[in-house]
Amino acid sequence: MRFLFKTDYEDDIKLFPHSGYLVSYGILLVLLLIAPYVLSSYLMSQLVFVCIYAIVGVALLILTGFTGQASLGHAAFLAIGAYTAAYLQKYNVPFPVYFLAAGGLTGIIGAMVGFPALRLTGIYLVIATISFALIVEEILARWESVTHGNEGMRVKTLSLLGVTVPRDSPTFYFLCLSVLVLTIVGTLNLLRSPTGRAFVAIRDSETAARSMGVNVALYKVKSFAISAAITGFAGVLFAHKLSFISPEMFTLQLSIEFIIVILIGGTFSLHGAVLGAIFIVMIDPFLTYLKDDMPGMIAGIAATFGAGPATAGNIQSKVAAFASLNGLKGAIYGIIIVLFVLFEPLGLYGRWLKIKLFFQLFPLYKRATFKRQKIYVKSERNR
Amino acid sequence: MSYFRAENLSLHFGGLKAVDAVSFAVEKGEILSIIGPNGAGKSSIFNLISRIYRPTSGRIFFEDQDITEEPPYDIAKLGIARTFQNIELFENATVLSNLLVGRHRHSTTQLWQELLFLPSVRANEKVHRRRVEQVIEFLDLEPYRDKLISGLPYGVRKVIELARALCSEPKLILLDEPSSGLNVEETDDMSFWIRDMKSELGVTVLMVEHDMSLVNRVSDRVIALNYGRVLAMGSPAEVQQHPDVVAAYLGA
Repeated sequence: MRFLFKTDYEDDIKLFPHSGYLVSYGILLVLLLIAPYVLSSYLMSQLVFVCIYAIVGVALLILTGFTGQASLGHAAFLAIGAYTAAYLQKYNVPFPVYFLAAGGLTGIIGAMVGFPALRLTGIYLVIATISFALIVEEILARWESVTHGNEGMRVKTLSLLGVTVPRDSPTFYFLCLSVLVLTIVGTLNLLRSPTGRAFVAIRDSETAARSMGVNVALYKVKSFAISAAITGFAGVLFAHKLSFISPEMFTLQLSIEFIIVILIGGTFSLHGAVLGAIFIVMIDPFLTYLKDDMPGMIAGIAATFGAGPATAGNIQSKVAAFASLNGLKGAIYGIIIVLFVLFEPLGLYGRWLKIKLFFQLFPLYKRATFKRQKIYVKSERNR
Repeated sequence: MSYFRAENLSLHFGGLKAVDAVSFAVEKGEILSIIGPNGAGKSSIFNLISRIYRPTSGRIFFEDQDITEEPPYDIAKLGIARTFQNIELFENATVLSNLLVGRHRHSTTQLWQELLFLPSVRANEKVHRRRVEQVIEFLDLEPYRDKLISGLPYGVRKVIELARALCSEPKLILLDEPSSGLNVEETDDMSFWIRDMKSELGVTVLMVEHDMSLVNRVSDRVIALNYGRVLAMGSPAEVQQHPDVVAAYLGA
């Protein structure tokens, strides 16, 4: 086990507490940099989606994980970013300009959503953000002069400083990766400075935060604005990756996927956003694989247990019909959320920490180390 | 002119007069205790001062400035810090970050500077960290710096709350039952710290307390409340012998 001896106040501030972090993140960075020259184009495409989902995950973590304001409306912020990019592109606005404009506009709209949210907490806030997302979806479908309605909008190939960057090129992947890294570093900076601590203070006790001089309303709006702006940036990348956007891409299901990203990754650390993004991007091909191969597999199993060819064929078609039912994916997502909340509330990153600690402390690890204590909430009565 | 003054402070919930035309003054550098039976309105007065409640009527002055209409977060900026009767710490954060939130009123950096973590932010953070370390040393919290609040025992949390209030370098500190839930030794420590706060840090203390031995040891003056009204005011001995106070406690 490693013991950290702090000899300077700098030790409490720096991003990498000891050299081990530097080594492991360095190796990770090198692997990510050589990835486009090693991995297949399909996996590279998946990796780009992981980056985009992780950016949104970090944004949602700022708002939900650290400020404690739940949101089911982040698909709408993503849509605003994506549509801003597509719209400005029509007027030949260069990429850096519309990239920043999309983030800025989404941030302003996020702040505007934050204002009514000041008076709402918990489930009521969730409902308010859902309604915001539905309103945006509807506007995108109806405001045809700008958004082309349900026909959707074509997004031209990204052109960066006069060089075209196709959506499956390594350059596009590096662009997404660098946006992700910048987002993570910016967020970490925020979390180790007064604003980030004010966010956490609001999450844990608004009354105490207020009496310590935190302007709770201002910081909630800031949190909404920052989270929305980052999601807007991700929206631009999302639009370029898909090269075509339409309102039905930004539905409630996408917002729920973002919630899954942070719930499954872990809501207390930025690692969670990345792990959750990997999970959600990789589960889709896995489900497709099951859908295609499961009926045959089950029929094969039935056949080995002595079912005749007619029965096996019958079973195969029944399972295939079940696997292609509408809404099955949503149901599976729901089950995943419930299972994680019940059995692994700290998410994948929490599981990783437990495994790490188990080996560090072996054989002294105590199972109760990560047990949540019952928190007795007191300030509710002052609301 | 008094340092801190409450004039005809009232708080009514419908027909219930939780605080009823209470007036008192705190002089700079003194320790004033508010005592009274349960429901006398002691904590309500604190919540009025820190603007968790809005007074029905009456005015509050601090350093000759009317603070009755100030928003709650500005009260801390003026230099009034408080602790809570039932501990309001940030449970899922470390002791250090809890204490650093106490420094919030001294933070001057802008959001964009923090996003880039510019050298000015870093320098500020180190100043905050040094001040926090002084409080940690003052209250003997060295073993707990990097511990999460949710894993700490009650007595330690009570001290951390006091530490968080002290980190804001207050001029006036409001202590809501600093000894509740503490054992005899911890209460002893608390009484030393309260007196040291006055003598070493020059903080004026207004405190609500039930433990009369602690009140007797530390207070310069005592106010007794019952049913939202002031029963008696004066030195600890005077107030305890006041016939109305005896009646309120013993029901004579």
